[in-house]
Amino acid sequence: MKKDRKEQKGKVQKGITRRGFLTTVGVGAVGVAASSTLLGQKAKAEEVREAKELTKLTLVVNGRRRRVLAEPRWTLLYVLREKLRLTGAKEGCGRGECGYCTVLIDDVPRYACMTLAVEAEGAKITTVEGLMKGEELGPVQDAFAEEDGFQCGFCTPGQIMAAEGLLRANPNPTSEEILEGMSGNICRCGSYPQIFKAVKRAAALK
Amino acid sequence: MASYYEEGVSLPKTPKPGEEPEPWPRKTRVVGTRMRRVDARERVSGEAVYYDDISLRGMLYGAILRCPHANAMVKNVDTSAAERMPGVHAVIHGGSPEAKQYTPIGTWADPTAKRELFPSHCRYHGEPVAAVAAETPYQAWDAVRAIKVDYDVLPFVVDEVEALKPGAPRVREKGNKRVTDKYERGDLDKGFREADVVLEENYRVECQFHDCPEPAGGVANWDGDSLTLWIGTQGVFHPSQAEISAGLGLPLSKCRIISKYSGGGFGGRTHVYLADFIAPLLAKKTGRPVKIATTREESYPDGGNAPPHNMKVKVGVKRDGTLTAYHYATINTGGAISSGGIFWYDRPYRDLYLCPNVLTEGTDVYVNGPPSWPMRAPCHPQAAWAMEQMMDTLAEAIGMDPVEMRLKNMPTYAQDIEGNPPYTTTGLRECIADGAKAFGWKEARRKAERTRKGEIRRGVGMSSGSFEMAFIWPPTTPILKLSRDGSVKLSIGEADMGTGTKTALSMVIAEELGIKPEFIHVEHADTGTTQVCQVSAGSRTIPTSTPAVREAAIKIKQQLLDMAAKDLKVDPSDLVVEGGQIVSTGGKKVKITDVSGLKDRMVIVGVAHAGANPPGKRVKPFCAHFCEVEVNMKTMEVKVLRYLAAHESGRVICKVGYEAQLAGGVTQGIGLGLSEARVFDRQTGKLLTTNMHDYKVPTIKDVPTGMEYLLIDKNDTFSSTGAKGVGEPPKVPPAAAVANAVYHATGIRFTKSPINPLQLGA
Repeated sequence: MKKDRKEQKGKVQKGITRRGFLTTVGVGAVGVAASSTLLGQKAKAEEVREAKELTKLTLVVNGRRRRVLAEPRWTLLYVLREKLRLTGAKEGCGRGECGYCTVLIDDVPRYACMTLAVEAEGAKITTVEGLMKGEELGPVQDAFAEEDGFQCGFCTPGQIMAAEGLLRANPNPTSEEILEGMSGNICRCGSYPQIFKAVKRAAALK
Repeated sequence: MASYYEEGVSLPKTPKPGEEPEPWPRKTRVVGTRMRRVDARERVSGEAVYYDDISLRGMLYGAILRCPHANAMVKNVDTSAAERMPGVHAVIHGGSPEAKQYTPIGTWADPTAKRELFPSHCRYHGEPVAAVAAETPYQAWDAVRAIKVDYDVLPFVVDEVEALKPGAPRVREKGNKRVTDKYERGDLDKGFREADVVLEENYRVECQFHDCPEPAGGVANWDGDSLTLWIGTQGVFHPSQAEISAGLGLPLSKCRIISKYSGGGFGGRTHVYLADFIAPLLAKKTGRPVKIATTREESYPDGGNAPPHNMKVKVGVKRDGTLTAYHYATINTGGAISSGGIFWYDRPYRDLYLCPNVLTEGTDVYVNGPPSWPMRAPCHPQAAWAMEQMMDTLAEAIGMDPVEMRLKNMPTYAQDIEGNPPYTTTGLRECIADGAKAFGWKEARRKAERTRKGEIRRGVGMSSGSFEMAFIWPPTTPILKLSRDGSVKLSIGEADMGTGTKTALSMVIAEELGIKPEFIHVEHADTGTTQVCQVSAGSRTIPTSTPAVREAAIKIKQQLLDMAAKDLKVDPSDLVVEGGQIVSTGGKKVKITDVSGLKDRMVIVGVAHAGANPPGKRVKPFCAHFCEVEVNMKTMEVKVLRYLAAHESGRVICKVGYEAQLAGGVTQGIGLGLSEARVFDRQTGKLLTTNMHDYKVPTIKDVPTGMEYLLIDKNDTFSSTGAKGVGEPPKVPPAAAVANAVYHATGIRFTKSPINPLQLGA
């Protein structure tokens, strides 16, 4: 399950949880949270990086170490898509609303558009491509294919990663927990009944 | 090697050349079954390539500066600082020579309307003013923010009713009223005199955005004077190639549009986005490929919308439930350019229930708002919102059950077409009656009425619907190729925006040829490799393309039989295609791949063209929806608990695609009824709902995940596949059905959408 910032004691925060983001927006302090809580823990005071200065980064994506040169202001989503060519995660809004960019950071679903690439250094990042077993679909992907849990497919990688994260934390979710776990991902085509069945099937498959 | 063909299956009879094929039997082998989509893997693995997933060598990124005012003259654009910024390759605006390469094009509803690119007079918040190409999108946005524009801000009007008042700021020089459209039959006054009860009510439905998952944009690449443009569209030929080539002055042959995947559509992609012109212009200027992926915020002004409706309805009914007269008048707006504010505004009044005396009037008004594009059953759900709530109000007034009253007014012919042609099939009665039975209508109503005194109340409501199209709309020209190894490739221009086109067409081919679907490849939606066709809109794709593809498959079988007849030295009429081989009545057989004609040519080609609808008849889809809601009387929160959609749409080809369309139409309809509304700031005319929090589309928690679908099959044989379209019909009834259920629960008639807690204070 996704956890609020408060619940993840003792762990360095990577990215903004979907629910945590809403909480911060609620108090109008997202900018402060992003700079002090997240970036601040990574970089020491003397290592201040300029927003437009290219910086060496090492990201662990789908089990592989990937070295990139990135501006500190670049989002994880931008680096995944345009620099590492992992285009499964999609940009739908760029501001934590649609969920199309959902990836797992240390097994927790996060909006990659609300996570700076520098924040994700050292964390375990999983994208939809990382669920494939070679040429074969992973169980959650297969369940979505079987239950037709998609139409246009644009939100689908995000839906699948939300389901993957939900099931990693909670292998036997109740119907309510499925609805809660999938509520941060919008499907404008409206395949929610099929997505719901797909998550149920995935839980049975996993 | 495993055979490409199903063994031991008998296939539909091959008609002689020139003869019409017999309809398929009621029960088919592949068609209508629950088969996994042929492109499921691409869509769940992350492999599907949308325009934004394309990266070309040397590609630049574009960004667009948009007008922050509702109505303003662009006095001066200073790009000097922007041009000097790091990574910036080009800045263009209305005064640049590149902008002059664009010729304003018309809209679907009005070919004489002009869609300008960087206008000197911006008539809505979000109209493009300038654009930048740079090495990263971050640099492009830095440069956009550095462009200085002097605006002369003008008075504005964003409300269509205000816009009609004397003294309102003029959106267009000729005035704010664009046109009033009228339709009339019978004698309205006589109709009202014959009625026992006449009721009148005003209704309003707010503007709905398409809000496509994939924001507008594209990747443009020039090869000399030939353009290739990757975008998301509902039609690579129409609208995209037609509009891009007209706008940029290119021959069709030098304008290639590719859209293998489109993140949504819903009617919003029946026009090209303005961004789709800007990417080629920037690419031309810089000599580099350019990608523009616009932001969610930009997709509200440049992504289409369904017009708001201000409706006045007057209806007469007899005590026995017979309708005598409809008077329907609506004031809508298509925004600042003529773009379909009243497109099909009155169709349910013209032809859903029997009614001899009808007058409809639709007025389209200019306001300082973004243009509306057709949206999934244009104007039908809004018209139904008023009409179907009024049906329930009338039923109550004469003391009749809403289902019973609707059943009193069932048509079997088209009332709004000269000569009243009969429908090929009329499933409306079954949709309503069988739907009510399957839903447990009477029992559910009774049970819900027992919750009247509580804080949490239940209500049960319904609405019916039909749709203007969902029939054959030519052209399309599929080309089917049987290769020497027995595999089959289809080339067809139609889009598959997740609508299941490729799967449905593969199923048609598999049904007819006996080939396993995994050995069929569908090449689609690329003007460079497929044939011109109409846009995937009007629920036309399945009814138009499935009979044509069936015919192409039959033409392959006919050639195979001729060739095999020579090999086997028998008459072609003695032969049938069966399980990967051709078999004679005398027991001779040859495998398809061993037919010498195929071995020699290495390919057999079947070409067909879309046919026509049957003359003298009307093809129409019908539906009825039933739902149960729970309303919290303290907060006015509405939860849809249960939903059943009954549809008569002819033969179902692709079961999963069919159910997906129903779920999607219902979800978008629930959004229209309960949460979606465009809001302008009255002080500034700015669009306020420009993100997915302020503009609330349904989430998984807002719709019943146990939705039920009731298939009404009347065995329509209007075409060789008998499939009507089902993309749009399911969007028509939901908002009205929910409103009727909310009334049943609360006794409050919410005439304005959306029914949300805010309305409590109103």
